[in-house]
Amino acid sequence: MSVTAHSETKVHHEPGAPMRKAELGILAFLTTEAIFFGLLILSYIYFLVTDNRAPNASVLEPSFVRTLIFSLCLFASSGTVVFAERALKRDNRRGLVIWLIVTVLLGATFLGGQIWEYSDLFAESIIPSRNTFATSFFTMTGFHGLHVFGGLVMLSILAFLAMRGDFRGPHSSAVTCVSWYWHFVDMVWVGIFTLVYILPVLNIL
Amino acid sequence: MSDVPLIPEIKKPFYRLGEKEGLMSWVATVDHKLLGLMYMATAFLFFAVGGIEAMLMRIQLGSARNTFLSPEMYNQIFTMHGTTMVFLVVIPLMLGSGIYLVPLMIGARDMAFPRLNALGFWLLLFGGLLLYYSFVAGGAPNGGWFAYAPYSERAFNTTYGIDYWALGLFVQGIGTTLAGINFVVTILTMRAPGMKLTQVPMFVWTTFINGFLIIGALPPLNAALVMLLVDRRLDGNFFVPQSGGSSILWQHYFWAFGHPEVYIMVLPAFGMISEILPVFSRKPLFGFNAIAISTIAIAFLSYAVYAHHMFSVGLGPGFEAFFAAATALIAVPTGIKIFNWIFTVWGGKLQFTTAMLYCISFIFMFTIGGISGVTFAVVPTDWQTTDTYYVVAHMHYVLFGGTFFAVLGGIFYWFPKATGRMLPEGLGKIQFWLTFIGFNMTFFIQHFLGLMGMPRRVYTYPELTNWSLFNLISTIGAAILGLSILMLIIMMWRAIKHGERAGDDPWDGFTLEWATTSPPPIQNFDIIPPIRSRRPLWDWKHPEDPDWKRDHDGKQLSTKRSDEI
Repeated sequence: MSVTAHSETKVHHEPGAPMRKAELGILAFLTTEAIFFGLLILSYIYFLVTDNRAPNASVLEPSFVRTLIFSLCLFASSGTVVFAERALKRDNRRGLVIWLIVTVLLGATFLGGQIWEYSDLFAESIIPSRNTFATSFFTMTGFHGLHVFGGLVMLSILAFLAMRGDFRGPHSSAVTCVSWYWHFVDMVWVGIFTLVYILPVLNIL
Repeated sequence: MSDVPLIPEIKKPFYRLGEKEGLMSWVATVDHKLLGLMYMATAFLFFAVGGIEAMLMRIQLGSARNTFLSPEMYNQIFTMHGTTMVFLVVIPLMLGSGIYLVPLMIGARDMAFPRLNALGFWLLLFGGLLLYYSFVAGGAPNGGWFAYAPYSERAFNTTYGIDYWALGLFVQGIGTTLAGINFVVTILTMRAPGMKLTQVPMFVWTTFINGFLIIGALPPLNAALVMLLVDRRLDGNFFVPQSGGSSILWQHYFWAFGHPEVYIMVLPAFGMISEILPVFSRKPLFGFNAIAISTIAIAFLSYAVYAHHMFSVGLGPGFEAFFAAATALIAVPTGIKIFNWIFTVWGGKLQFTTAMLYCISFIFMFTIGGISGVTFAVVPTDWQTTDTYYVVAHMHYVLFGGTFFAVLGGIFYWFPKATGRMLPEGLGKIQFWLTFIGFNMTFFIQHFLGLMGMPRRVYTYPELTNWSLFNLISTIGAAILGLSILMLIIMMWRAIKHGERAGDDPWDGFTLEWATTSPPPIQNFDIIPPIRSRRPLWDWKHPEDPDWKRDHDGKQLSTKRSDEI
């Protein structure tokens, strides 16, 4: 066998990958995040079942409408980040920047609402050490808030880079990955909002 | 053709891989080879520390009513020994060998995310340093490596030890998770052209499955750790029974991580064995598919067995029956592997190199650890032996006699690739026998101590028949073991500078890492042999009898296949 008998294969430095690396990586990362949040939520449910002494989720009911409005801001921001992606697809950088900024503003509004809610609870001396409800509620929503904050930082960086002229359409893995992350953070809130706010108001829990 | 090396030997020392030289070339590197070696070096550094801690414990236990260590110090030492060995030695060894070898074995330039790779390493190192900072911050953690609540709560544990434990492991755990993600993506997207996912070497396959295990198992640990930190620093109530919390919840979350973790620590070792045994038996791996599929089975089952660590909690008969059955079941895929390795060696032209000796003794040691493991699936037996030295013996047979023997075999096997120098075979065999004798002397007798009723984690014991004698034997064994590891470190140190030149392919290997220079150049490969089977380098060297001209049973195909050129 001579060297030429087999077609020698040069090393691919960037193989025309059948799957995009960054997207695959963020999917794996979000899987770990989903398990992490799943277990924090599970601990909340566990104490709901075993130790539902007051103060419990009923302290959140008076401000339900307020929380609903702030939550709708977060849910809407999932839509605006999709608009940002669509603008990128058409190579419309101005649209990308605008929709990213709108997303950041909506996310920041949600975060502001969470701070408002926390300070109200603190005023009633409902703090993490109060009981198992408070511990698991603040841990779960607190880590969600931290993730929203992390998302806002990433979205702001994207907006800044886009303003400086980065991201030529139709595709950018960075934008896709941040957008997927943002949808994930949103979905976690769908779960928490349903469990902690909606079901008690409907007297299901 | 087969005698002609693919690339002329490059005589550069391995630490000059980067363009920059000196310390910065290590600190700033994103090269998987340097990072892999840094993982290994970090693991050995912590191994030395954890080994010293083990020696301190063995000295304390060498005789009855010894006063060498205070009870408080003893608690800190065994906690740090366990935590160090699990999180800062075995995991980095598994990750580091994967990070070094996987891109070479699949013919890639680097990992999928080189910078993430570097981040993972530094998180690991600084997580470890954070853990050890506890010694100067008022006392090391003292709750055992699984830090059971409520003992780990602030009411019972007022120093910052447990806080540093949780923080250090959280940081280290994020690093491990990133490495797991990197493995999965690398193996899915970076394989050399022509290499199917079913054609990767077994070490790559076990590392691939390990990536999924890490992705699934590390989040429960991280969740448990932040909950513990909330409890300790924000006066939370997660694991505090008197205020409605549940200490059993900690056990569930911890072991939902802890048992998959056991397989995270052993799957890549299975892979190493499956690489080394065939080369020194001069045969292909027997039952490749069976080993590959049983690896997947182990990964799935590992999540379904975790509560066998909690049989003494009293979880109820149904719960216990399920986990007992699952635990017995996981012995099946493990047994499949053992038989396949035996048939790999069977009838081969065996070459008893040091690496081969370690791999063969791995099979024996791991089987002993596996059999004592199955005894824990029997709930009444578990109740008798749990938290005794029987458990200590069992887990050291799995982790030291299993994983670490495989790693030692791997070091003798891949050291020439990484450094371009051979480890001395003669001294290597002496080192092997010292390790083998020292290990068995230390741990085999602990089975009996456990069955005689000696609980683990006690700082001393009264004069009971044979207890002093058996413990002394164990301590002498530990001293021999310590000597053998010291000898290994000195051997490696000397071999890096003065070892015999290895050449590119000293073992006549089968897989792609031997197709490049030793040490590999910064770009890993200039040319890659065509990949048409699981042993591309064998095919390249044996054009008269390549694997792809043989059928599933190894019979030579007479007719030419359509894909032949």
